[in-house]
Amino acid sequence: MTAIATPPTAPSSAPAAAKSKPLSTLLYRHRWMRLVGLLSLPLTWLIGLYIVSLALLLVTAFWFIDPFTSKVIPGFTLDNFVLVFSEPAYVTTALRTLGIALAVTLLSAAFAIPLGIFMAKLASPWLRAVLAVAITLPLWAGYLVKILAMRITFTEEGFFNWVMAPFGITGPGFSLLTVVLTLTYLWFPYMALPVYTAIRQIPVNLFDASADLGARGATTIRTVVLPLLWPALLAGSVFTFSLSLGDYIVARFVGGANAQMIGSIIASNINLNPPVAAAFSVIPIAFVVIYLVVTRRTGALERM
Amino acid sequence: MKNKLMAISATAAVSALMLAGCAAPAAEEGSGELVFDVPDVPMLEELGEPEGQVDIIAWSGFVEPAWADTFTEETGCVVNRRVAGTSDEMVQLMRTGDYDLVSASGDASLRLIVGGDVAPINRDLIPNFGDDIVPGMQGQIYDTINGNVYGVPIGRGANILQYNSEVVTETPTSWDIVWEADSPYAGQITAYDAPIYIADAAVYLMYHQPELGIQNPYALDETQLEAAVDLLKQQNGIVAEYWADPVAQITSFVGGTTVAGTSWEILRKLAADDRMQGTLPQEGSTGWADAWMISSQSDAPNCAYLWMDYTSSAEVNGAIAMNFGMAPANGAFCELNDEAAAHCEEFNALNEDYFENVWYWTTPIEQCIDGRTDVKCTSFQDWTNAWATIKG
Repeated sequence: MTAIATPPTAPSSAPAAAKSKPLSTLLYRHRWMRLVGLLSLPLTWLIGLYIVSLALLLVTAFWFIDPFTSKVIPGFTLDNFVLVFSEPAYVTTALRTLGIALAVTLLSAAFAIPLGIFMAKLASPWLRAVLAVAITLPLWAGYLVKILAMRITFTEEGFFNWVMAPFGITGPGFSLLTVVLTLTYLWFPYMALPVYTAIRQIPVNLFDASADLGARGATTIRTVVLPLLWPALLAGSVFTFSLSLGDYIVARFVGGANAQMIGSIIASNINLNPPVAAAFSVIPIAFVVIYLVVTRRTGALERM
Repeated sequence: MKNKLMAISATAAVSALMLAGCAAPAAEEGSGELVFDVPDVPMLEELGEPEGQVDIIAWSGFVEPAWADTFTEETGCVVNRRVAGTSDEMVQLMRTGDYDLVSASGDASLRLIVGGDVAPINRDLIPNFGDDIVPGMQGQIYDTINGNVYGVPIGRGANILQYNSEVVTETPTSWDIVWEADSPYAGQITAYDAPIYIADAAVYLMYHQPELGIQNPYALDETQLEAAVDLLKQQNGIVAEYWADPVAQITSFVGGTTVAGTSWEILRKLAADDRMQGTLPQEGSTGWADAWMISSQSDAPNCAYLWMDYTSSAEVNGAIAMNFGMAPANGAFCELNDEAAAHCEEFNALNEDYFENVWYWTTPIEQCIDGRTDVKCTSFQDWTNAWATIKG
């Protein structure tokens, strides 16, 4: 902060000024000191705590385990990766998790676009405020509370079945579908807010111009709104995708018998077999890196 | 129902004995023959001055102000409690060396002993650890390793078959309704969500497929583990959901998603739903036995010993058992008053016939704990890997 506060025009040759503000002068004269002052704290956080600890975890993927005491023994083996990629159940789980994350992202986008258009362009200011609160409302409740709420909704004798019974509809129970619905419920605000903000920024006269040129509502959305919305959608999708990819509590509480996710396997191994857990955690990292690289090319990350 | 249960388990015990040849419970056979390479950790020789505080890792409900405060008044040792959710967590925490005591279950105790994380216990310093300890809780692996005692028994319980009596109208006599693909309750079954649940499949196979030669559900060689995993994969087809969280299990039963499956007596009680019944089927079951263990790095061994002695008394041990909902280790508790007697009756505390066929959770290790030396058994890591493949 000190570096920023230093007036750029401070006369370095004026001894009087140097006496009154020695620190500022010092920082002004030495560019590297300014940088150190600015970046040392965030970089210690980022490198020291975040990257190093992650790297330490990933290194254990190459280590051994004492089968008796579960203690990790340093060394080098690729067995953990071989296990992760050779066991059909693990491969299925990885693909299922990828599918869940993509489904949650698509579903969130499908809800967010019409809602965003309505809120930004059609709703009265009063209704807009109510909707904005409604979208962010789920963020106020605890994560586990929301999952348990969904759990109660989808039990056999739960709310969903009770409401739908007159129509002869039975709910999905605890299943893969319920996992996708619950994750969408959890992460929807992270998609809805950037999309809404982006639509608000689209000038109203673009809609008028589109209509004047003879486009119907659907055509306007497809040819005018969506291209302008694309970066916001991608930005939101980075959240919904990566948050879904890493989750495992939802699968445990509303997943039923066959909705194991990558996180479930990491969780069950983290204490007993950290090397296998570490090897497995490479998969979501790879998925997210690929996703980020693809998204970056569109320029979406700059809009986040 | 009680008598019927006893008759069933007694018959089952006899038939299991005949089938298995020599699968006597550990208490009679004495798994004391088991020899492990255990680090040499010294035992406390005599009590000294209390250190002023003791750090305990315990299951929820084991350390409560109701009895911890009295202990502090009597000894001057302040009790610092940390509640752990799983055995794995307990093992990890004990390895930090920051804790003096742990209420370890059987699936943690072997790991702690062999890892050198806990010290042998000097029984002379625990006068309350006496003849009143129920027979079934003596001679377990935690107190017979290389002739040393490592644990002070706290309590035990069986993993029962719980069922919704509105749907399952007849008391099931077999676990087959939760294992067989043609179960009338297919799609409404719940199963315990942990690798140790593989032992439940092994218990079922011990009874129904004696040709596999399983003598102890925690000593499975490659072939036996494979058979158990196949059975679990078959079960996966009829399971509505697996439970690890007690609250989830209760809502699953009460909400009607599941109508039969693994449970604990305490969860059945907590559900507070008259439709929920429990039984111990003919095949027997798995179960758990918990014991206090003292850290090898304890910096408050005197307070730790005082705590182990204090909680071994009939009153305190009984208070823990009633609070948690399990059978107390100290049998004398059952004679204290009517309430205690009723609790002991409900949890079968003195009913050794009931527990005869219950296999307490034990860490599966490469050395076969059934005494076989011609094969290598599968370790807990193998079980963990296998468990993930079952749920596909």
